[in-house]
Amino acid sequence: MSQDLRHQLVHFDETDEGVLRLRGQLSIYTVSSAQERVARLDTQKDLTIDIGDLSRIDTAGAWLLCEIEAAGEAAGNRVTLQNVTGETATLLSSVKSAMPEKQVAVKTETGFAVLLHRLGEKVSAGTTFLLELTGYLGLFFVSLGRVIRHPSEFRFTSLVAHAEDVGYRAVPIVSLMAFLIGVVLAFQGSAQLRQFGAEVFVVDLIAISILRELGILLTAIIVAGRTASAFTAAIGSMKMREEIDAMRTLGLDPAVVLFLPRILALLFMLPILGLIANIMGLFGGALMAWIELGISPSMFRIRLIEGTDVSHVFVGLIKAPVFALIIGVVGCHAGMQVKSNAESLGRMTSNAVVTAIFTVIVADALFSIFFAQVGL
Amino acid sequence: MKDTSPKDVVIEVRGLRNQFGSHVVHEDLDLDVYRGEIIGVVGGSGTGKSVLLRSIVGLQEPAAGSINVLGTDVLADVHAARETLDEKWGVMFQDGALFSSLTVRENVEVPMRSVPDLSPSIRRNLADLKISMVGLPYLAGDKYPSELSGGMRKRAGLARSLALDPEIVFLDEPTAGLDPVGAAAFDTLIKNLSRSMGLTVFLVTHDLDTLYAVCDRIAVLAERKVLVTGSLEDMLKADHPWTREYFHGPRARAAFEAPTQQGDAGGAT
Repeated sequence: MSQDLRHQLVHFDETDEGVLRLRGQLSIYTVSSAQERVARLDTQKDLTIDIGDLSRIDTAGAWLLCEIEAAGEAAGNRVTLQNVTGETATLLSSVKSAMPEKQVAVKTETGFAVLLHRLGEKVSAGTTFLLELTGYLGLFFVSLGRVIRHPSEFRFTSLVAHAEDVGYRAVPIVSLMAFLIGVVLAFQGSAQLRQFGAEVFVVDLIAISILRELGILLTAIIVAGRTASAFTAAIGSMKMREEIDAMRTLGLDPAVVLFLPRILALLFMLPILGLIANIMGLFGGALMAWIELGISPSMFRIRLIEGTDVSHVFVGLIKAPVFALIIGVVGCHAGMQVKSNAESLGRMTSNAVVTAIFTVIVADALFSIFFAQVGL
Repeated sequence: MKDTSPKDVVIEVRGLRNQFGSHVVHEDLDLDVYRGEIIGVVGGSGTGKSVLLRSIVGLQEPAAGSINVLGTDVLADVHAARETLDEKWGVMFQDGALFSSLTVRENVEVPMRSVPDLSPSIRRNLADLKISMVGLPYLAGDKYPSELSGGMRKRAGLARSLALDPEIVFLDEPTAGLDPVGAAAFDTLIKNLSRSMGLTVFLVTHDLDTLYAVCDRIAVLAERKVLVTGSLEDMLKADHPWTREYFHGPRARAAFEAPTQQGDAGGAT
């Protein structure tokens, strides 16, 4: 039946008396062609339209008739409809009374000034964003101070649950990643160092790059992807369902209840994950060095202890708490920016991941410069 | 022109059975809806009012039974049924279910995009007309659903369900969550649109005022089936315990004894 609705046409017959007679259906399926036909009408004279032979008319058709009437009136002509039955009259009058008055929304300007304006807005939004992040960091420390003074307010169960989620469950993926990075480093390093007959230095290469940089940096990146997004999604969906507002009315501080356990869990877990990544990286490197260069595990161990200072481990792991703070604060902040629609939840989640990874890398670069300056 | 003889059955449900696991929601449920009427489906929470609506529009596959809408068997071939029926029915979900990434006008235009050869400027104008017909201001068309109040979202959802001038509209709790003034205005709107567009309206509701103001016929869902159907007077006479409690409770009395005759007010505007 829909097919015949779609394929019915509207016909225009002009009678000798200058009456325009419509046949067929005047509906949303035919309104486009009907309008093209109407546009060719002579607008300089009065018009009579006979709609008695129409088999069907819907609001789209009624809209067209109202438009013709309005256009005729604007040109100072009379438009008369003939043979309007009761039902069509009701439809026509309700469409006529509902005909929207066009209002022009505020026009958007274009040009150089607007571009400058937008640039300025972006810069100011960026500054506000940084200020807000700093504010959330401060909020974290304030709530930390509060629970130290009133330990009963602290949600210990929540901390353990988040620690399990953030730390324990991330162990397999972090281990696998670090192991493979160790393998890749050993493989690439041996290919290069073999040219100089300095194969044994592959141990130093692996140890220093993993312990100082890659172990903790890649762990932080994986955790940023895994955890920052989870924080944003969890807090954001609570924000969407007004749970955060409910908390506030119940006298619960979201900073203490939501942010603190999450960020603390990250703070405790990220160094542990970093340590696991270091061990797995060295293990992968040693395995590959053994297979590829014939450096036996015991020789790898001796070379590792002799050639690599233990300070490299500390230089690496000292970054972990900073990365943890960055990831946690960015995730919680993005969650609180979620508005009442689902779209903003998705956008803020991906924003959180991008911001967290970017900021972790910036912080890592700053650490490198700092350690180079102090000679560590 | 549309046939408005009252005995023309547009929705015919026979022996419907719906169950979730071992929980049977409907069993041997029969229901007829006639052309041009406004039928209100009432029932306690969990009696499967929304499930019935979802079954009829093909969103929920029943365990047994037959559903016939406008002469098409909905269950025989869901895909074919969708193709024929999608432009003949409109569904308004509880909170409007507008697409959040589109403006209100774009939302209303979505069903119209399936119409071949409809020029974009006409589509836009028709969307504006529908937005205005449901009583939204012109500039609301440019807004996103999240910028609208609950009542406006419902109106916008109704505008989208009316986009193709359907023969039947399904409304799921149209007045839930609206303030009394907004709910009364929505009742009037439904009644007027149904009269002027020759719509058959299938509405699921809890709102006694809505039942009183707009419904021609009421179907009571209880004990897994449609227990009684009939006019409000029939409901008041029915002697099933739940029906008695529902239509003779204090809130019902308040609704029916309200001084202003909302039904008449609706007809006049």
